Order: sequence, then structure tokens, then C-alpha cells
Amino acid sequence: MLDKRMTVAEIIGTLRDGMTIGIGGWAARRKPMALVREIVRSPLKDLTVVAYGGPDIGMLCAAGKVRQLIFGFVTLDMLPLDMHYRTARQAGAFECRELDEGLVLLGLRAAAMRVPFLPTRVGFGTDVLKYNPWVRTVRSPYDDGEELVAMPALRLDAALLHVTEADALGNCVILSPDPFFDEHLARAADRTYLSCERLVPTAQVCGRERARYNPFERNLVAGVAEVPFGAHPTAGVPGYGFDLDHLNAYNAAAGEGWAAYRAKYIDLPDHASYLAAVGGAERIAAIPAPVF
Amino acid sequence: MSTHDYTLAELCITAAAEAWRGDGEVLATGIGLVPRLAAGLAKLTFNPALMITDAEAHLVAEPVPVGPRNGYEPIIEAWMPYSRTFDLLWSGRRHAMVGPVQIDRFGQSNISAIGDYVRPKAALLGVRGFPGNSISHINSFFVPNHSTRAFVPGEVDMVAGAGYNPQRFPGGRLPAGFEIRLIVTDLAVLDFGGPQHQIRVRSLHPGISFEQVQDNTGFSLVLPASIPVTPAPGADALRLIRERLDPHGQRASVFKGNPPGQRAA
Repeated sequence: MLDKRMTVAEIIGTLRDGMTIGIGGWAARRKPMALVREIVRSPLKDLTVVAYGGPDIGMLCAAGKVRQLIFGFVTLDMLPLDMHYRTARQAGAFECRELDEGLVLLGLRAAAMRVPFLPTRVGFGTDVLKYNPWVRTVRSPYDDGEELVAMPALRLDAALLHVTEADALGNCVILSPDPFFDEHLARAADRTYLSCERLVPTAQVCGRERARYNPFERNLVAGVAEVPFGAHPTAGVPGYGFDLDHLNAYNAAAGEGWAAYRAKYIDLPDHASYLAAVGGAERIAAIPAPVF
Repeated sequence: MSTHDYTLAELCITAAAEAWRGDGEVLATGIGLVPRLAAGLAKLTFNPALMITDAEAHLVAEPVPVGPRNGYEPIIEAWMPYSRTFDLLWSGRRHAMVGPVQIDRFGQSNISAIGDYVRPKAALLGVRGFPGNSISHINSFFVPNHSTRAFVPGEVDMVAGAGYNPQRFPGGRLPAGFEIRLIVTDLAVLDFGGPQHQIRVRSLHPGISFEQVQDNTGFSLVLPASIPVTPAPGADALRLIRERLDPHGQRASVFKGNPPGQRAA
């Protein structure tokens, strides 16, 4: 019988220096933050990170884990700018591969399809191609002869995602209003690791009614960790909204405050300690879903 | 406040709604408060076919009031998660109004970084979807602080959204259907109706002169033979803005001091 259950530390323990890691979620929503904090605690370095960025990126930048960032934006939703990302970006602390969000999607799709690139016009007319000379152009082989951007495949060594429920085999559902680009990250990755709010028996994951919330197949999934409130301080709807108070404190800790933030919220023995440090599970569960 | 008095924010919302006139059944995306209220106003008045979102993951049949909903339940007509938004926008069936930090004479726009790209003076959001949006569908801009910092001389520091600058495109040709329609600011409404798509003053807000607009713009604006005054919001528009779209009055925070629409000349 397949059993892909792992601890957060076991999952991050499979990663290696220099890997390309895709992180699911979007801005301050459904980020696999327990897995991200474990990377911060780990000795991992020189990572290439692909994300629709939120505090995952800010934390990894603050911890000096990011050698190269492939992204379209970094934001904390209600707080437009992540100050940790901003500090690192302004210092030139990582190689900046800033792309249109749709180009990131096309790169993931190309990887999923196992083709070297997908053609698009996105990027023309802008500085995206100037600052990303690794993105080349191609001429249509058909009569139109059009020059197109050849968005290269963004192959990931691993994808880290936070889902609502999963079973021990890696079947999962994302019940939040938007599954974001998690499916594309999973399909672009050699292996995908899930944290989930609840680990449930197989018969309860999907069923007929919820089958459409199942974003991808279990044979993409290498490991599953049950981490209730594992997206905190980002939103894990349904269940809890983003923790604006915590995000404000996190943002205010950019620069000199990082060491204290890290000591208080990251360098902790286990997830239970984290939940206690941020005010407890009941407090998080009481944060309403955001209204946009 | 009587319906004959209106604020600058209400004037801008009404002027910005005009961007979607005649667009038919496209996705109207308004990023930021004024563009969002403007899209809602356009849908509730002259373009009911517009598709609008709840700013999360759904299309809604009527604009969702901004702020606390106090029991209001959005009428969801369809699902529109982010990945599907790209499929829609690449088709061109969308008109977005966004708020760039910098705009240049070509209509090129920047929300990525200010100053040197490698070591920016100010790192902003990142290009987000600007590159794809700009070449895929119609775009308009809202700029709440018309100044030479926003309307820059030369080119923007980082071209995130493409403009009417053929040299930046393969073969020196703009993509078919390329259009930036309106720029609504706190001083005026601009468009690209000048020769070779130069930026032109389309209307001046009440009490604002062309010279004021030009002095706060980092490049030369086209001065038409006559410039109309931006029309005041009608009573219906004001009622919809105040009662339906923004019942908590969030628009009062758009401009410092919430100035009236009629400013002293």
C-alpha cells in the first residue's frame, strides 16, 4: 500500500542546494508557509525559486536562500509591498528573472508538456526581453513567418503546495475559491510535496461531489504532510483568512528586525510551538476570509 | 451633500467609466478603487453587457459594493480563477484599467522598479501581467497624482506595459488591435488621439487649465483647438456611486482632503 506521509522536515530534507523549487499559492493566499519556514531553518542554499510571490519569497530572501528568482510579482495583498523582498531586490541580492505572470504560466505549461518552449507574443514591446536575455525568440515555420517569443520550459526539481485536504496516497482537493497555478507547478515538477490542512481517508478526499476540486493526479505527488493552519500567516480559505496583524509585524521586521522575527516565529522546535507563538489555533481559525 | 455637488473622486469615477463605453461583452477589470468603481458604474449604466469580477475568483452579475458587505451576497455568474484569466485575456476580450507608477509619452508604463534596474532605488510590485495585458487587449490608466514623477520625460525606467512605440516591436509594427484608450488623472482626461498616437488632452477637469496639466507632465501634450470640460457626474451616476457601488464612502480617501470636483480656477 502506498503511503506518502512525511513530516515537514523529511520533505525539506529531500531538497538539495541549487535546486529549482516552485512554490504554490498566490501573494498572501494559500502559501505552504510551514514548508517555507522549514527551508529557512535548513542549511539549503542557492535556490532558484519560481512563484506568484508573497511572504514565501520575502522570508526566503531575508534568510539568504534565493540565488535566482523567477516571478511576476511579490506582494502581500492588502499590503502592496513585501519589505523583505524589496530590501533584497534593491540590494541586488539575487538574480532577478522578472517575467509577465502569463509567461511564468507558459513556462510551467511547456515543462508539463515536455516541450522546450511555448510560443507567445507576450514580452514584445517591453523591457522583459531586454532583462531576460535567456528568453529567446523563434520564427513561425508557417506562411505567416511571424517572430514570436519562445518562452522556455520552467522545469522544477520540486513543487511545494498547500492544499485543503489530502490522503496518504497524494490525492488532494483545493477547496479555496482559486486553485491559482498549483496544478501547473505540480505538472512542471519532478516531484511535488503537499502540506494539507487535514489528512483524510481516501474515500473522503474527493467523492463524486468534490471530484472537480481535485487539481492533479496522485502520481505527481511524492510526499504529504498534515499541517493544520500550514498556510499561516497567508490565507487558508476555507478555514482562515490572512493574518494582517502578523503580516504587518513580519513586514516591519525587514532588515534589522529579521533576526528577532526569525527567533520568535521560525526557529522553533515544531509547528505546535509556531501556532502558540502566533496566538494559537483558535485565534487563526477566527480570522475571517478576506473580502476583496 | 446635494447631488449637484460632487467630489473629485466622483468626477474621476464617472470619467473613467467612459473608457468602457461601446466595448460590449468584454471583461472589465478595474485595478484599484477608482477603476473598480468606474467599471461597476459603466455596467450599471451604459454597458450592462460588461463582465466584472468580485476581485477574487468569480464573475458577478452586478457590481459588488466595496468594503464590508453587511450581508450582501454577490450574485456569482461564473468562475474566473487567475489561470483562466490568462486564457481570457490572451483572446483579447478584456479591457483593463490599471494604475501605473510611471507613464511616458508612448503610453509605456512601469510598476516594476524605479531607478536602475539591477539596483533599483525603489522595487515595486514587479511587472505582474502588464506585458501580456498591454499587447493582448485594450488598456486604460488611472493616475491619481498627475505630476512629472508619474508622466516622465524620456521613457519609463522599466517598460512593463508596452506603448505606442513601434521600435520596440519586431518589424517596427505594433500588434494588431493595440490600444490604450484613456488616461484619467486628478487634472484631466487624456487620450492618444494626437498625430502618431501622441497623448492629447481630451478634457480638463473643472477649474484646471491646459498649462497646469502641461506643467505637471514630463513631455509635450497635444493641445486640440478646443478642449471640453470633463462632464460633471449626472444625478443617476452619483446615486449609483454613493448608494450602490461605494456605500461606505471609501472614495473619500482617494485624494488628500477629498476635494470637490469643481476646483477654483
